[in-house]
Parts: sequence; structure tokens; C-alpha cells
Amino acid sequence: MTKKILLQFPKERVNQPLIYDLVKKYDLVINIFRAKINPDDIGFAVIDLAGTEENISAGMKYAKSLGIIINEKMTGLNWDSEKCVSCGTCLPHCPTNALFVKDNRTMEIAFDDDKCIECLSCVDHCPFNACSSLFKE
Amino acid sequence: MKTYAEINEKIKSGKAVVMNADEIISYVEQKGLDAAAEEVDVVTTATFGPMCSSGCFLNFGHAAPKIRISEAWLDDVLIYSGVAAVDAYLGATQLRHNDPENMYYPGEFRFGGGHVIEKLIRGEKVQLFALSYGTDDYPCRELRTYVTLNDLNQAVMVNPRNCYQNYNVAVNTSDKNIYTYLGHLKPNMENLTYCSAGQLSPLLNDPCYDVIGVGSSVWLAGAHGHVHAEGTQHSGVCSRTENGVPSEGAGTLGLTADMKQMNAEFVRGVSLKGYGVSLSLGVGIPIPVLNKDVLKRTTVKDSEIFASVIDYGYDYPQATGKFLAKVNYADLKKSEIEINGKMVQVGSMSSYSKALKIANILKEEIKCGKFLLSEPYRKLTMDVPFKKLKMASN
Repeated sequence: MTKKILLQFPKERVNQPLIYDLVKKYDLVINIFRAKINPDDIGFAVIDLAGTEENISAGMKYAKSLGIIINEKMTGLNWDSEKCVSCGTCLPHCPTNALFVKDNRTMEIAFDDDKCIECLSCVDHCPFNACSSLFKE
Repeated sequence: MKTYAEINEKIKSGKAVVMNADEIISYVEQKGLDAAAEEVDVVTTATFGPMCSSGCFLNFGHAAPKIRISEAWLDDVLIYSGVAAVDAYLGATQLRHNDPENMYYPGEFRFGGGHVIEKLIRGEKVQLFALSYGTDDYPCRELRTYVTLNDLNQAVMVNPRNCYQNYNVAVNTSDKNIYTYLGHLKPNMENLTYCSAGQLSPLLNDPCYDVIGVGSSVWLAGAHGHVHAEGTQHSGVCSRTENGVPSEGAGTLGLTADMKQMNAEFVRGVSLKGYGVSLSLGVGIPIPVLNKDVLKRTTVKDSEIFASVIDYGYDYPQATGKFLAKVNYADLKKSEIEINGKMVQVGSMSSYSKALKIANILKEEIKCGKFLLSEPYRKLTMDVPFKKLKMASN
């Protein structure tokens, strides 16, 4: 079987030779679609894993054990709740209401990544740089 | 009837009854005005939003040999040096040197004065680069170093204009996208932007400036400061609804406080696509319940506060003075509202949730005796209008 996943590397994990291990230890065929891994920065890789079902799941388990985040939904949009001030500039620009007012009394804003289609409109419009995309510089 | 001194005595003894301008509405409805005026001592108001007319005076101290700075930059953002040798003013809307501005329209405007102010308050290092022509007493002609807020002798925020009493609601009726200080406005009035904390906003709770005046103590981004003057463009002469509440810009406040006491959560650099950079600030102002009239004005609610809808595609830039409609803040808190028969999506530049947080922080500070009120020594003007610029030929 083949499975497409997004690996997100926290800053302190970018030096792990994960792809090598997945090939050598778990007998997986890896196809890298896009990746950005730099020293001392968060990194990501969109990859296909091909192999037996057990090997894929064991390989993913191994990656998780190294502290690497496996994002099967492949959403690269990151909404930083600390940077967000709940101003609401994004609201008319988010076409799917993934960014929405969660409480009408406090007017606090939240992000629902299930609804996000990664149009990146919020990345363009947020005055506080609270929205960023792994796939955009 | 209460006096400032009586209220401050209660605050000092930890017995003051304090409510925010949101919760006071239902409390007065429940208790009645007379009983509530007896009981409640202070109502806290607040706002959080971009306030372009903000900045700070900084004093760097001297290195050896001394410099009389004539031009300087902090993180490549120009600071005004036309004051004493190592003093400077850093303004919120100053762009970083070499920013491409709107050369590739709409520009991103990633970094400017507001961001430097935020960095300083976060305790981060910023680069100081300074030039001078050199004098006998100040021979140094160039220096480059790194400073943090702690290294500075003084860092005082002095904001010529904060806390606009009310604000325009911006739409765009043209057939092109436009990029303004109220954000990206899509063509044919597809969206709008408002910018006010409405029923929580300081000057909407004191519409005729009965209690907020020059010398009033304010909570500015966590620091205890005060109103130093009317803000620039302050105009008590404006259109007002029956309750005295302005339905356009109207009053403003000049605010000042020590940056070293500030909390970076409430001082945030702002990048506005196609427009420029600014600074969003959190301000809280306590209203002393001196009598029931003062209290009554703090019970104003969103549905009773109106703002003018203005076409930023034409009427605003061309200064025609026209407005398309008046809408109230209860409606503006919905995701869509109808304006002249068209459904328009609502966006906002100010943050009600941050304003509410500030009103509650200030409430707690007053309750535990940490924040005292001060009686203004002069009222804000009610009768000075806002003048237009005359274009003279000589």
C-alpha cells in the first residue's frame, strides 16, 4: 500500500536521519514531494510511504517516537493563538469559516483546521502574522 | 454622590465595588440606577486596536566618546533625532529603511516602528545605528550597538492620539479591490471593517467628557499612565445621537506611560497589506461613579451606539464628507449585515476580546488597591471643531 503524509519536524528534531531509517529499518519506499529542512528551524516533508501495512504503521510509530509530528490531513496552515488578538480582520476573507467567532459575547476567534482549505487568504490578511503556512515562505 | 477621594479611600482599603462596562449594563437593569449608583464605585472601560499616532521617547545614555545624534535607526527603522543628543522619538508608522512599500502592489509592509516598540517591550535586543556631524563636545560621528529596553535610561510612550471615541465603518463601492488602514476592502461593498470596542470603549462610556479629562489615570498596555492632553484631531463638535453618544470619530486622547512597565501582549506591531505599518495598543480607563448620571452613561449598549458607513473607494479619499448609512455595534457583531439593501460581510480591526480582558485586568487591579483614580485638572474641550487644511497659493 501507499500512504501520503506530512511530517513536521520541531526545531530540535531536524537533524534526525528519519528518511534513511524508514528505508533501512522498515523497508519502505519513500517518495518526497516537497520538503524544507534547515538546521535550527522547524521543517516539513510531504512524502509517500510505500510498503506493507505493518511496516508503514511501524515506521510511523518510529517517527512519532522521535518527536516528529505526523499530519495525515496534510494541512500546512498554522494559526498561532498567542499572536492572534481576535481582531476579526480575517473573517470576511476566510471562505470556509475555518476562522470563526467562537463566543459571540467575548468575540474571541478560533480556528477549525477541518474546515481549512489552505487558500492562504488569512496569511495574506492577518495584521499580526498569526497565520502562516508551512508551504509558504 | 461620591468624590474621587472617597472612591480612592475605598480602593485603598480593598473595598471598592468595580465592574466592567459590559457587565454594568445588566447589573443596572437588574438593580435600578439609584441603588447601583450607591453601590458601584468604578466602571472599567477598555479598547484594543491600531492606534497609528503612537510612539515613544527614548534616551540611550552616552558612550565614550560622546555623540550628538543627528540621524539614527533602530533595527533599520528611522527614529527622530531632532531633540537632545541621545534622545529620540520612535514612531509607530515609520517603515523599515528600504521597505519596497507599494512598489509591488499591494505591499506587505512587514516591519516598522510598531514592531520595534513591541520588540523592546518583549525585552528583545534591537540594533541602534547613529550618525552625527561631530562637534567639539560630542566628537563621535558614528556608532552601532545593540540595546534592550533595560539598557535605556528612559522609554516613555507619548501618544498624540489614542482611543478614538467612535470610528468609521469602511466599505468600498468601487469595482476594484482597495487596501486601506481598515484592511482589504473588496469591490461592490462585499465586506466592511469597523474599529471600536463599542459599549466597552472608554469615551463611548463618557460621551461628553464629564469624567475623563487631562490628568485622568489610565492603564496603557499594563503601565499606569495618564491623559496628557486632548488627542490630535479631538473634536467634541460632532453628530451625536439623543444619548449624547457621537456617531462619528469625535473625541480622542493623548496618552503617556512608562514603557518599562508595559506588557507586550497589549503592544503589537501591525502590518497592513497595501497600506503600511502601525501599532495596536490596549488601553483601559476607569470611570469613577461620582453620581447616577455618570453611571447611566456607562450603561450604554452596542445597540445604542451608531457609526457612519463610509465609502473608502471614493468619499473617504476625496474628503467629500458623505456617509452611506449609520449602523449600530450590536449589528456589527454579526457576521453579515444589510447596508442599503445589500448583505455585507463584517470584519473588524479592533479586538473586543482583548478589550474585555483589559477591562477585567483593570477591574482586578482596582479591587486589590493597586490602581488609583485621579481627578482631571482640566476637562477635554467640547466646542473646538476639527479644521480642514486650507490649500493656499502663497
